[in-house]
Amino acid sequence: MNLHEYQAKQLFARYGIPVLNGGVATSPQEAYSIAKELGGKVVVKAQVLTSGRGRSGGIRLVHSAEEARLSAEHMLGMSIAGLVIHKVIIEPIADITQELYLSVVNDRSARLPVIMASATGGTLLHKVPEKVIREHLDPDLGLHDFQVRQLANGIHLPRHLWAAFTRIAHALSRCFFENDCTLAEINPLALMGDGQLVALDGSITVDDNALFRQPELFERRDWLAEHPLEIRAREAGLSYIRLDGDIGCMVNGAGLAMTSMDIIKHVAARFGFEHCGAANFLDLGGGARADQVAAGLRVILADPKVKAVLVNIFGGITRGDEVARGLLSVAMLSNQQIPIICRLVGTNAEAGRNLILDAKLPHVSLATTLIEATERAVLAAGGLTHGDSR
Amino acid sequence: MAILADRHTRLIVQGITGREGLFHTRQMIAYGLEHNAPILVGGVTPGRGGEWVEGVPVFDTVREAREATGADASIIYVPARYATDALYEAVDAGISLIVCITEGIPIRDMMRVRQRLALSGARLIGPNCPGLLSPGEAKIGIMPGLAAIPGNVGIVSRSGTLTYEVMYAMTRNGIGQSTCVGIGGDPVCGLGFTDVLQMFEEDPLTDKVVLIGEIGGEEEELAASFVRDHMTKPVVAFVAGKTAPEGRRMGHAGALIEGGMGTHKSKVEALANANIRVADHPEQIPELLVSNF
Repeated sequence: MNLHEYQAKQLFARYGIPVLNGGVATSPQEAYSIAKELGGKVVVKAQVLTSGRGRSGGIRLVHSAEEARLSAEHMLGMSIAGLVIHKVIIEPIADITQELYLSVVNDRSARLPVIMASATGGTLLHKVPEKVIREHLDPDLGLHDFQVRQLANGIHLPRHLWAAFTRIAHALSRCFFENDCTLAEINPLALMGDGQLVALDGSITVDDNALFRQPELFERRDWLAEHPLEIRAREAGLSYIRLDGDIGCMVNGAGLAMTSMDIIKHVAARFGFEHCGAANFLDLGGGARADQVAAGLRVILADPKVKAVLVNIFGGITRGDEVARGLLSVAMLSNQQIPIICRLVGTNAEAGRNLILDAKLPHVSLATTLIEATERAVLAAGGLTHGDSR
Repeated sequence: MAILADRHTRLIVQGITGREGLFHTRQMIAYGLEHNAPILVGGVTPGRGGEWVEGVPVFDTVREAREATGADASIIYVPARYATDALYEAVDAGISLIVCITEGIPIRDMMRVRQRLALSGARLIGPNCPGLLSPGEAKIGIMPGLAAIPGNVGIVSRSGTLTYEVMYAMTRNGIGQSTCVGIGGDPVCGLGFTDVLQMFEEDPLTDKVVLIGEIGGEEEELAASFVRDHMTKPVVAFVAGKTAPEGRRMGHAGALIEGGMGTHKSKVEALANANIRVADHPEQIPELLVSNF
């Protein structure tokens, strides 16, 4: 789960990490009042969970409260990378001398958290990855003082800033551990004209698996930041991600779901239907019931891009007859005649196949192998596309 | 023998009376009976000691279960928030092979478990994995027994149902498996690709190996260098996620850590450079296994 910048900064402030005193606005009028209080010269920043908002018009420097109101009016409701902006933050314009970088993140290959610092932060960070100093952290003991000194030394931080840097590094490390973060990042950590170090922007990602013991963070989850179909799928207990293609996919298991998407592209390229691809990733998980399968199919069919549906189930815990019942309950009622190609293998697959055969629905058919099922789905989707262009 | 487990393994189930635990206990017992290798000797559910489930005794603690049954392996079906406690308990009781099926354990908890494991010498498979299957010998986990037949190809995979798909495709083509190991999909887990590859290299009953990876992390890249430097047996691979979109990644730390590793391209290149044949799709694997190396 990703936190918005304003949420990350609220958390930083609670740990004693200096942040600018700004405010969050959900309307142009609110933006105006906050900007007025801050003296008019402010920055308006869109709160949206993606990177690159600066390039997309999501950050504006303005010189009066009225301009702040206009900027907020423009940003609110606009979308960046498909995500609608519901909030903006208003902060005083910072007088920056230097931009540094500081983060704590899980290092998957070392299987430990790592703290990283660089004297070159902000957007320049990527240009000098070799100048990033790293120290791995003990998951029980956290950050040691000597490690902070090694960071400060490594990035050639002037001595008079060491005390402030040490406080911030320890605070960020505590914030990371106490909130079950997988990422706590300050970028940039700005050295201001007055000699203070301030967190100008922040990213926090919380381990979804740990949310059960982080009730306060769970409350902050911004459900509005997700696509409506993704919300519907999640409510049914399914993992669904909307993609750009035209073939809906329903699979059990994430690895097999990704593989089914890959095979669609592979087969489509072979047939010369380069435009064909998966319309979504949908993992039914293990042991899905008929009603979950039905909900999944409804979500897939609610996407207007979908021209064919590929169902690939390798039943271990998942039962083929449950899948078939769920599919048929939707396919029978649906007046859409979108072809549904099913491949059922494993537990109770025979029973599931018989249910589908007995239903005799013209648009629901069976396939034996994954390749055969995919070929038929691609032909169905590709064929329809040809029909449209004629 | 197969790697990790065979018909002489003595297995207990932690969480034997739970919904998942009970369902799969029945499946594992049935597999053992069918192959005349009844490896499942007991189970643990705190508060239910003294009962019997499916013909095996239930104990309150792993230590008690181990003392009474001589168990050397344990499989964990305990829900995520109690699973780390179950892991520590298995290590403490001296179980040498621990398989954890549970999905959803916090990363931080697994980092701590790994430190404890390093001090103990116990082997962990998982969490968030399908377990392992030595066809005709031992089924520890949830892999469908019907998809596999005994043979000389070892499988190691980060995935669940995708592994069954590969086993099934091989089996339909008459190619059997020595042991199938699902190491799990979590960022921090027990045995990795290289650990299992090493075991297959040393196993006299394994002649070829199939590696099934997916995007993210750098396990496949590490496996590729291991195969290049330390393996004589041929390896065939598949990596899932070629067309998966990059997630809405926040911050820069992830990119700094992985530095270009972790993508489908990087993995396939690393594997191909190590003379590993990389399949376009899982059903192509049998063909690659039988063609001349």
